[in-house]
Amino acid sequence: MSAVLLWAGVGLLGGVGAVARFVISTAVTQRSAGWFPYGTLVVNLSGSALLGLVAGLALHGDALTLVGGGLLGSFTTFSTWMLDSERLSEHHSDRALVVNLVGSLLLGLAAVALGRALGGL
Amino acid sequence: MRDHLPRRDVRELTAIFAGGMLGALARVAFAEGFPHARDAWPWTTFGVNLAGAFVLGWAFTRLPAASYRRPFLGIGVCGALTTFSTFQLELLRMLDSGNWALALAYAAVSLVGGIGAVRLGIAVARGQGGEGSMA
Repeated sequence: MSAVLLWAGVGLLGGVGAVARFVISTAVTQRSAGWFPYGTLVVNLSGSALLGLVAGLALHGDALTLVGGGLLGSFTTFSTWMLDSERLSEHHSDRALVVNLVGSLLLGLAAVALGRALGGL
Repeated sequence: MRDHLPRRDVRELTAIFAGGMLGALARVAFAEGFPHARDAWPWTTFGVNLAGAFVLGWAFTRLPAASYRRPFLGIGVCGALTTFSTFQLELLRMLDSGNWALALAYAAVSLVGGIGAVRLGIAVARGQGGEGSMA
């Protein structure tokens, strides 16, 4: 694949990943009454499981850059996870902040491990 | 419960798409430019994650909610520049090679640093004149 095509693909998939993240996370948050930021959690866990799957399928080179770097890297987010957590501490408690940080971390690790195990079957 | 999907603002989605392109391109360019060994500290992911958390804290405090700059910069650029999935895969690979100390340090410093970065961004924005003040 030519370099121009590869970078165009990374850009396009990055844009698609960002829009998909916004649409899915707002839809989840609107449907889940309550204070917990489920939208970010759902995109981060599903994106991690998919990246694990991609790693398990041993994708490499341009395919990995496009799907793992462009699409899934953009679909999942660290910054919104941090802002959500900070807002939990402002509006609820520091305990809610710690739950969202440590809970998402451990669930994300489980999701990426599960995806990789499935991809390696 | 809604009985229909909320109407999507096409310009808002376009702003997020454009921002997402830029954020993803920047992250992948850094990753390609500074590849890291499996058992080394992932400086690229760590750096983009903290930088994106700082800018997001700033953007969502400083930029007005009704402006397209906020979804462009916050949801598009910062959301796509930072990544949760790569962070998790890096941690899993550290655990694979039995490098528990590195994994624990990387996770802890990323979380504490990420919260610190988002708080710093919010504080800087408030210092510049408060919430949504940049019309």
